[in-house]
This record gives sequence, C-alpha cells and structure tokens, in this order.
Amino acid sequence: MMQRRTILLSGAAAVALPRAAAAQQVRLLNVSYDPTRELYQDVNAAFAKSWSAQSKGSITIQQSHGGSGRQARSVIDGLEADVVTLALAYDIDAIAERGLIATDWQKRLPSNSAPYTSTIVFLVRRGNPKKIKDWSDLARSDIKVITPNPKTSGGARWNYLAAWGYALRTEGGDAAKAEKFVGEIFANAPVLDTGARGSTVTFVQRGIGDVLLAWENEAFLAINELGKDKLEIVVPSVSILAEPPVAVVDKVVDRRGTRAAAQAYLEFLYTPAGQEIAAKHYYRPRDSQAGAKYTAAFPKIDLFTIDQVFSGWQTAQKTHFADGGIFDRLYKRKR
Amino acid sequence: MSSSALLDRPAGRGHDQQRRAAARVETLDLTQASPPTSADASPPCLADARPKAAWRPRSIIPGFGLTLGLTLAWLGLIVMLPLVALFARAASVDPGRFIETVTSERVLAALQLSFGAALAAALANAVFGTLLAWVLVRYRFPGRRLVDSLVDVPFALPTAVAGISLTALYAENGWLGAPLAELGIKVAFTPLGVFVALVFVSLPFVVRSIEPVLQDLSPEIEEAAACLGASRWQTIWRVIVPTLFPALATGFALAFARAVGEYGSVIFIAGNLPGISEIAPLLIVIKLEEYAYGEATAVAAVMLLLSFVLLLAINLLQRWSRSHLERR
Amino acid sequence: MATRPRSAVDARTEPSPVRWLLITVALLFVAIFIVLPLVSVFTEALRQGFGAYFGALADADARAAIGLTLTVAAIAVPLNLVFGVVAAWAIAKFDFRGKSLLITFIDLPFSVSPVISGLIYVLLFGLQGWLGPFLSEQGFKIIFAVPGIVLATIFVTFPFVARELIPLMQEQGTDEEEAALVLGASGWQTFRRVTLPNIRWGLLYGVLLCNARAMGEFGAVSVVSGHIRGLTNTMPLHVEILYNEYNFVASFAVASLLALLALVTLAAKSGIEWKIGRGLTGRGH
Repeated sequence: MMQRRTILLSGAAAVALPRAAAAQQVRLLNVSYDPTRELYQDVNAAFAKSWSAQSKGSITIQQSHGGSGRQARSVIDGLEADVVTLALAYDIDAIAERGLIATDWQKRLPSNSAPYTSTIVFLVRRGNPKKIKDWSDLARSDIKVITPNPKTSGGARWNYLAAWGYALRTEGGDAAKAEKFVGEIFANAPVLDTGARGSTVTFVQRGIGDVLLAWENEAFLAINELGKDKLEIVVPSVSILAEPPVAVVDKVVDRRGTRAAAQAYLEFLYTPAGQEIAAKHYYRPRDSQAGAKYTAAFPKIDLFTIDQVFSGWQTAQKTHFADGGIFDRLYKRKR
Repeated sequence: MSSSALLDRPAGRGHDQQRRAAARVETLDLTQASPPTSADASPPCLADARPKAAWRPRSIIPGFGLTLGLTLAWLGLIVMLPLVALFARAASVDPGRFIETVTSERVLAALQLSFGAALAAALANAVFGTLLAWVLVRYRFPGRRLVDSLVDVPFALPTAVAGISLTALYAENGWLGAPLAELGIKVAFTPLGVFVALVFVSLPFVVRSIEPVLQDLSPEIEEAAACLGASRWQTIWRVIVPTLFPALATGFALAFARAVGEYGSVIFIAGNLPGISEIAPLLIVIKLEEYAYGEATAVAAVMLLLSFVLLLAINLLQRWSRSHLERR
Repeated sequence: MATRPRSAVDARTEPSPVRWLLITVALLFVAIFIVLPLVSVFTEALRQGFGAYFGALADADARAAIGLTLTVAAIAVPLNLVFGVVAAWAIAKFDFRGKSLLITFIDLPFSVSPVISGLIYVLLFGLQGWLGPFLSEQGFKIIFAVPGIVLATIFVTFPFVARELIPLMQEQGTDEEEAALVLGASGWQTFRRVTLPNIRWGLLYGVLLCNARAMGEFGAVSVVSGHIRGLTNTMPLHVEILYNEYNFVASFAVASLLALLALVTLAAKSGIEWKIGRGLTGRGH
C-alpha cells in the first residue's frame, strides 16, 4: 500500500514540479476540438514569439485535441485547461454551468468570443460524378452522405442545423417538412463516425459515400492533404455561419496564476497576425483586411446564424440533439 | 475467525503447531474440508460437531492472513472502490429515470447488438477455435509452431491498431472488402463488421482453453472406443466432445465476456449508426459527452452486472467441472 | 507410439483428406483473421520507405508517447506481478469459503468494458467525483495526468498474473511446501526456494501478457488521459491522433512498433514453452 501511495505522490509531484520551477516560464494548456490542430500549431509558435519579443519570458502552449463534447467533459472532470477553443458555444456553456467559467464568457471577447468563423460545405469526388449542387440533392435516394454523429461531434451538429435551415427557407418555415427533409438526408448516411476527422478518413481513404458534409476549413485541408486530383468542394446556395468560440477557464487560470498569459493568448487571435494565421488555415477571419490573399479563396455563400434560425444553442440543443429530441426521433422512425 | 489472528502468528516459527500439522499431513487431504482443530479457526467444542461450517480448514502453509489481506486490500483499492463509486452514482439516479434510460429503445438496441454480436462471435470462435485447437494439437504440419504463436496476436495487439487495420482490410476498397463487395457482402460499417472485430479480439480464448485439455486427453479412451466398434465420428461425438465440453464452455464464456465490452477495435469498423451498428460501450461514451453522467453510469452498471453474473457462472462451472472430473 | 498397434494409431486420427481439409480451413481462418491485419499494419507503415518510417518514430511527440507508455508499464506491471503472486498464494495454497467469489472479483476487470474501466476512475477522481474536489484543492492531479493512466492500466491488467499462476499453483499442490516447512524452512525461504522455481515460467508468461496488455490499452486510457500532446499521450492514443491528422504512415509506424512488441512477446512466450518442453500449452487466458 505504501508503495502505491508513494507512486501516486511522486506521479503527482512529477506533474506539479515543472509548474513550481517555472516562475519565468509560463505553460498554458489549450483544450481544443478536432480540426484545429494545424491552426493552433501555427498560432502557438507565433504567439510564443510575440510573447518573448515583449520580454515577458518564454511561454509554451500545450495542445489537446478531440471531439468538442469529449473535450468539454474532460475540462469539467478536471483537465486543467487554461483556455478552451471548442466547436460550439453549447460546450463552453456546459463548462460554465459547472462554475469553471463565468457565465457571461461570450461577452468578454469581441464577436461573440469567436475570433474566426467557418461554414459547412460539401466535399465530392473529382468531377462531381453524382452532380451534387445543393442541399436538396443530398436527400436523393441514389446519394450516400457521409457526416459524423451529431451526438458526439460538434461539426456534425452544424451540418444538421445547416440542412435544417436550408429546408426551413425553401419550405417557407414549415418545421415538419424540415424534419422530413433532414430525416431523408440522414437516412442516406451509411456511417456515423464519432468525429469530423473520422468521417473524412471514411470518405477519402475508404472510398465510402458520394458527398462529405464538412467544415469549410476541413474541406480545404482534406483537398490539400489527401489529393487535389481526387476531391472537389461544392458550395451550397445557403449554409450556416459556424462560430467556434474561445474562452479563458477562470477557475484554472486563477489557481495557476496564468490569467494574464491566457487572456493575451486569446486576444492574440484577434490581432492582424492571428487573423492571418486563421485565414491561412481556411478559417474565415473576422477582420476582412486580414490575409486577403487567402480570403480570396473563400466562396461567397448566403449564411444564416444559429441565433436567427434556432434562437441560440441552448434551444437548438434541447429541441434537436438532447435525448428524445428530433435527432433521436429521426432514427427511431427509420427502424 | 479472523485473518488478523493468523497474521499475528510468526510464520514458520510455531514449532508445536508445525509438528501438529505435520502429523496430520499424511492423513488429511488439504483440499477437502477437514475438521478444524485450532482455536483460531472456530471454537473447539463446535469444531467436531459441524466440520463443514469451518470457513477454512487448517493448513501448515504460512502466510494465509498476510496474502489474503494484501489481496483483499489491493483488490479493494483498485477494483472495488471505483466500482462502488460507479454503483453509488448509478444508484443516485432516480429509479424511474434509471429504468427509463436502460429500457429506452436506443439503449436496448445497443445492448442487443453488443450482446448479440458477442454471442455470435463467441459461437463462431467455439467452432473455429475448437477446430484450430484440434489441428494444432493433433496434426503435424510445417509452420505449426508459428501458427500456434499467432493465435495470441489478437490478445497482444492494441485494440485501436486492430480496429484501424481491420477497417482498412474490410472497407469496400480494402484487400478483403473489395472482393466481398463484388459478391454483395458489405462488412465494414455494418453489424457484420462488429462481428468480425469481435471474432478477432476473442479468438485466443477458446483456442487457449481447449488446447491443454486436448493435450491431456488420454489416448486409451479413444482406442477403447474404437476397439468397441465405434466409428471415428461416434468417438468424436460421444467421447471427445463431452470431455472437451467444460473447457469449451469456459473458453466460450471468456470470449463472450471479452467481446461484450470491446470498444477500441469496434468503433473504427462499426459505422456507429444509432440503433443499427452502435455498440453499448460507445453509447456510454456518447452519454458522457452529452454530460448525462447518470445515464452513462446506468448503462455501465447494467453492463457490469451482466459481466459479473457471467463470470461468476464461469468460475462456478469451472469449479463444478473440476470436481466432476475428479470424481470420475 | 512405435510399439502401439497400427490400428490403435488409426483410431486416434482421421483419414488423410479429412486431415488436410481441416488443416486448410484452420490455416485459412488464421490467415484471414490474424495474419492479414498484421501484414496490413506493416505494409501501411512502410508505404513510403524506411526513411519516413524512422522519421515518424523519431518525432518528439512520438518519442514522448513511447516514453510514457514504457513508464506506465514499468509501474503497472511490477505492482500487478506482486499482487498476482500474493493472490495466487492465498487462493491456490489454501481452501476457504468464498473463493469462487474472490476469483470472480479478480477476473472482473477482464470482462469490464475498457470504457467503464476509465469511467470509474473519472467518477472517483474527477472534479465532479468523490475525491476529485479534495485532491484538486491539495494540488494533486490523478486523472488527466500520469497517475490516472497508471491506475487505469493497473485495473485493466489486474487479473493476468494471478490468473496465470492460480491454476498452475493449484495443480502443483502443497506437498513440496509442506515438506520444506516440516524440515524447518521459514515461510519466506519456502516460497523463494520451493515455490518460485516451480512457478517461474508461468510467472514470466503472465508478466509478458500483462505487459503487452499494459502497453496496448486504448479505451480505458483514452477516457482518463486528457490527450495532451507530448505529456499524457500513450502510444495507442498517439496512433489515433496521427491517424486523425491524416498522417497515416506515421500512425501505422507507431502501430507497427506496438505490433512488433506483440510479436516479440509471443516469441518470448514460445521460447518459454520451448524451455519447459511443454510444447503447445497455455491455460485460460
């Protein structure tokens, strides 16, 4: 028994030690969602450079990536994140509900605390053999749609809501028709991977499906990483404005004394330098001047917000994705 | 009877005790419940009256208190305490909500898939695992040793690695998936994929349970059967299979228990469609990610309880078959 | 065998065609379910040649993951080794009531879904759990840090050594130990000089399996790790991360290292069996 306790203690000490020894050296943990790996790799390097240029000492930023919901849950259960940068406001709300973040977090940074935005587009096979042009094509019976599971993936919830918003628009606001339409799309899904990255692999590597519903930035990345000759992006007539938010985790930064650094880190995302890095990784910057050479690549899409169509995340979550919500109903009916 | 009384006894130095015990060694079968004679086992006056009531027969081997105490303490800390936390959490869920959760259509479908696919996989392995064990023990062919070591691969290979490589193999553009797709059989991203992954992870258990028994099978029985005019098929069916049965049952149950809870290899290949190819462990993860801790623990508690009952049954069966075989 | 009448030998085997049919079916089964997945791991890993392969393994995050996995195994395996011997001693050398129940509890981690194995530690040590708030005030980190990963690994590999030793020690009985004790050896001497030599190969076998499992655990560790790059990512988790970064070669390179470990383990196991001359063997799991 003694042996075990010593190990626990020394294990804890090993984790605690670098923190105590680092007066001048700050270490932050950024807990993020799946598709931001490449983005924050660049952001972290640039921020560390500007931090030491202001002679504030050296700073290291550690990254953790995973499904947005899983990451939020880890923070709730005690993963010591100084900042969270997640896929949807609902997940940060969940952390705030447990008292780790002030409930007004979304008002503390400009633009709803979302320094960059994205949207949902279609990724199809080169030459678009199935002639997929818009959302209505996804409900065709000869189409196989690849999307992650809205229950586990933040990106998939944006997919679902984008389809719903399109249906409301074309059907004149009839929720029953929207439900039928979205149901038809999900009936065409042969696989529901747990995360956005899993879906991309299924679509590209396994060759399953005709169209992948993806974050715009993920679609660009997939084309660059996995083959310009194999894939192309189709832009639907209308889509949703996805606002992936960021927040400082108050409880953690106050305990660790890292608030200043964490705050500066998130504010860096709003600077021209930060905005340019975001644009470079195909996130739409808030600052329209930033990264003009990259933003030229972004297609013009008619975008609606979640507040306009679904009156915010809390309501959307409750009606659509909660247990017994509309999404569950779609699958119940299928069987 | 307390284990601390035994713990206090200096191991190996109680000479009179040793002598007493040594005298009994020839006459007592220590594995049988023998009448306790010492005061720390039970009151002496009662000892002879009801020998079966002894919690543990005396033995001269030292260290019972120490080893059992350590075992229980370590078991308590690593296994029991966290499990108690789980059941306490599940119990704090309102009973109505608990029932509603575990009987909801989606949970039932997931449990059905997990238990159904595990059962199918264990059955498949009972057939092919027995065949494999038979071939490995009875026949001589080149590469036999290599094949025998390969049987343990699924056991030692990390499940995530297994999941990724199985998915790559069985996807429609994979080495095996492509020819199968031409026959109209889809494996990856269907319940069949779950089955394949579970067959993979649970294969070693049946083979490893049967092999030793098959090896120890005395040739005389088969020869006797043959001399008495039984055909080879009759010998196998009437003589060998019944002898193998306890080991087969154990292997089957172990394979089943392992397959029911499998997660890492299945999520890659399953497709994860709610109600169709969504396994119960994944549903627990999904509930967690919805911040529904109570519901997640409710599903977990149900799965745990089922596993526990199953394991207890295996161990009792094993015990029973051992004493059964000894008696024969 | 040679002295036995021919007919008796025939009585224990099948006609040649049947024999070869059975061998073919069995080999086909092994080829499809075991060899092909294994081969595909190495094929994918070496798709871009050895340069890319070793480059992937030399990456800082990959090395951190390898280091962490080795550390975790180095703590978990010896602890379970000691526990396994102690538990096997109590169970195999003595008879007592409730033994089946005790064995069942020792077996339990084996059939518990890995997801649940991780979840129970979150419920215990998480910030919303029983001990979490207290520990966090004291500045201890259990889950989302190395201790949590070690705990989950110990839980998952809990039964292996004990399960390997119990049947072995039961089979060997207590005669030799009793003789030693009667001749005046102390308990510890008896264990070291009599019992240990008898069980050492089984012990080694159990340790090898325990180790393979400790290094390869994915589900349970995934729940308690927090996935911090270079800090709490074990090798199996790193495989998943690289895979999700479309870095397939690197992902399979790390995976192949784990597969290689599995193969070395099995080779060592075969070596042990060779040594004890039991030929084909293996009991339980």
